[in-house]
Amino acid sequence: MSLGILILILGFLTLGGFFLGRSRAVSMVDYDARKLHSLPNFYGGMVAIFIALPAFFVFCAWTLLQPVLIEQRVISNIAIVDITEGSNRTLVMADVRRIAEGLDRAMALGGLSEQDLLKFDTTQSDANALLATAGVALGREVQPSVFDAARHYRLMSKSAQLVMFVCVLSVALLGFALAYRRISAQMRARNVVEAVVLWGLVAASMVAILTTVGIIASMLFEAYNFFKMYPILEFFTSPVWNPQFSGGSELGILPLLWGTLYVSFVALVVAVPTGLFAAIYLSEYAGPKLRATAKPAIEILAGIPSIVYGLFALVTIGPMLRDYFAQPLGLGDSSSSIITAGLAMGIMLIPFISSLSDDIINAVPQNLRDGSYALGATQSETIRQVVLPAALPGIVGAVLMGASRAIGETMIVVLGAGASAKLSINPFDAMTTITVKIVSQLTGDTEFNSPETLVAFALGLTLFVFTLLLNIAALAIVRKYREQYE
Amino acid sequence: MTNDAKATFTSIKNPDARTKKRNAAEKRFRAYGLLAVAVSVVALLFLLSSIWTKGSGAFYQTYLTVSVTMSAEKLDPKGNRDPDEMKKVTTIGYSKLIAQNLIDQLAANGIDTSNVSDKNIAKLLSSESAATLRNQVLADPKLVGQTQIFTFLASGRIDGYFKGRVTMESAALDNNISPAQLVIADEMKNIGILSIKFNWKFLSAPDASELRPEAAGLGVAILGSAYMMLVVLGLALPLGVAASIYLEEFATKNRWTDVIEVNVSNLAAVPSIVFGILGLAIFINIGGLPQSASIVGGLVLTLMTLPTVIISTRASLQAVPPSIRDGALAVGASKMQSVFHHVLPLAMPGIMTGTIIGVARALGETAPLLLIGMVAFVRDFPASPPSGFFDPATALPVQVYQWTQRADPAFTERASGAIIVLLGFLLVLNSVAIFLRSRFERRW
Repeated sequence: MSLGILILILGFLTLGGFFLGRSRAVSMVDYDARKLHSLPNFYGGMVAIFIALPAFFVFCAWTLLQPVLIEQRVISNIAIVDITEGSNRTLVMADVRRIAEGLDRAMALGGLSEQDLLKFDTTQSDANALLATAGVALGREVQPSVFDAARHYRLMSKSAQLVMFVCVLSVALLGFALAYRRISAQMRARNVVEAVVLWGLVAASMVAILTTVGIIASMLFEAYNFFKMYPILEFFTSPVWNPQFSGGSELGILPLLWGTLYVSFVALVVAVPTGLFAAIYLSEYAGPKLRATAKPAIEILAGIPSIVYGLFALVTIGPMLRDYFAQPLGLGDSSSSIITAGLAMGIMLIPFISSLSDDIINAVPQNLRDGSYALGATQSETIRQVVLPAALPGIVGAVLMGASRAIGETMIVVLGAGASAKLSINPFDAMTTITVKIVSQLTGDTEFNSPETLVAFALGLTLFVFTLLLNIAALAIVRKYREQYE
Repeated sequence: MTNDAKATFTSIKNPDARTKKRNAAEKRFRAYGLLAVAVSVVALLFLLSSIWTKGSGAFYQTYLTVSVTMSAEKLDPKGNRDPDEMKKVTTIGYSKLIAQNLIDQLAANGIDTSNVSDKNIAKLLSSESAATLRNQVLADPKLVGQTQIFTFLASGRIDGYFKGRVTMESAALDNNISPAQLVIADEMKNIGILSIKFNWKFLSAPDASELRPEAAGLGVAILGSAYMMLVVLGLALPLGVAASIYLEEFATKNRWTDVIEVNVSNLAAVPSIVFGILGLAIFINIGGLPQSASIVGGLVLTLMTLPTVIISTRASLQAVPPSIRDGALAVGASKMQSVFHHVLPLAMPGIMTGTIIGVARALGETAPLLLIGMVAFVRDFPASPPSGFFDPATALPVQVYQWTQRADPAFTERASGAIIVLLGFLLVLNSVAIFLRSRFERRW
């Protein structure tokens, strides 16, 4: 609430600074803007930046540091004896925070005043009852020292916030004074503003890097925690996946890896020939009419979200395969299976393979084809013996990218492939994949101290490395062979 | 040589065996190609028609029109019309009242209900209906003692009967419905008590519990998705455009910008579930943001959409000819002014097209949202922004996933219906993108 007010004040200051700076610049040159180095708005902009930017940084740094610093001071006041068995400082600190919050709420309700709180004695009255009136229920009885700590915490937070208010606003005013005094006709306000904007652009381009760093760091950190609890060798070599939340689980990646690769293989078997032949037909044979209808139709497939394919696998493909193939052939009677998920994923990958192959086939120069026709080759011979070999590196790249997509695909396998981790050769068996297990280990109640939860990060890291390697290989192949006609 | 040629008489009109073979191979090759195109198109049509036939039923719902006399002695035994006292009458009381009224009405129309118990008559109605009536009466105690005509949801099984999901044979095996009840339902339809209407509630109502598929709607999911798309649009567009402007217009080609470029193209290919892991670890565990809030979903989807926006923005910036920049610089604009005043406005249609396509992809994304706790059952609408961004919400594709995990087959119909709604939104977004591209994009 009060933070909102601070931001509002800061906003008004910035706006006011803009107009003050602008008018000072204009009045300095007797209202003849031509005599200024920069346009008047740049002077206003410079003042606004000097007000808002440092204040904003102070504000961010303060909000990040304040809880940490206050908690350190509060926690040192809690005696070791008061930390009950089975508890630790973090848990006690969480209690302190909740009590402080409850006291705030009790005050907002009007049942408690600041004086009452100062006189409140936990040995005589019941703190739990007081907090219950404010809707904060605590599992255990409030220790006197914990209650004192909460009182202390509350007061410190309050005063710290007040100090922050003063600090932020004074930094803003200081910035204003500095910028305002610097304004003169020769001052290069445009350069200042543009330098700041340029730094803003650089910062925006850092977001992509930070995302990657964040992905790698978070997964490495939690995977490291996992491998401290579970032997790394067993994770990569054990053929059994059997998580037990009571402990003693076996967490081998092999069955999951097998399922993942099997599904991806089925998907590629469906998608690569279909996509490739569709691309060949549409770019080499089809007339303009067919191309104008079939090409967008295939591209629509690419725009459909994977959950739709997942549902399609679950309610249509799965039961159909079970009733017409698996059961009559005696291969199993589960509607979710490797081949169900693989078929749906294959359909999803058709447009991916076909549009990439289309680009690559079109990039093969026409005179290669003409040369082949001149030697008497038929159109299909030209395609098979001239166009495809020339396009091969690109097509291999497309297939690798398709494989990386198939390996990382989640919703289709969650809905279509099943959840039982096993090593089986029968495609009509329900198996599971890495992504399915990441979802199942991380949804629901997650506690970040059991190997059963943390294994998801190790799985995620494996997945990330796998897809990254495939993508890098695909890019390298495409880059290496692309230049041969240029 | 000449003798050989004379001996075999080969010509275009009379091809030899080898030419015939080659021509047959040509024909086969063409047929494979055509087959592949046909397979893709048929797969698309099959997918869409299967979703449509399974899901269109969700847009229609069976209702019962019952005139209810809200007798005072049942709903307000003390007669004070005090809502606090009336709260003592539970939904069971209301359910009995509605059932009694329905039985009276059936008897008045000459329908024999003697072979079905009163309790099973009540089961023809959704358990939602008693709760709705109770809330209405508590909100307006004056209703007590009056007789009004209400339209109630029929139970999921009755609804399924009229949509072909439940048959007389399956009802005989079902604990929740009997063939006798279905006979009554048929007769109710004949006299107009039972009717099938367009189901607006499907689009506006929140999710309902496992036992009440007939009341489940997409309201919270649509709102949650809209909030997330607002976050994505508000963050991915400015960040993506700023990053692309730097990379395309200002950055000198060096190792550092190479790293950023490779990084962006790699991020575009990272599996979406990895972004979910990132969101869980960074935004929820370290950042302390609430689980299943739309702000977290929006942030995760923003990071996922950012590479798409950057790639398409860079392409549109590249398409603006250098003469525009040179012209601006020649009349005294700074580099920054030439970019922001001239290049960016000209590239805007392309940027918007790319952004909308990115948002459309984010709208259909499910896996990362599952990891940040969006699997919770949410019945309350989130508050209006900005505080609503921190309320628990759900999203359209996640709602589809949740419904597929429930046992009642009525939820399969709901899930397919939700997919139709999702595809409808995607169609609108993509049409807008195509319109922008064809209407505003300039080619130099």
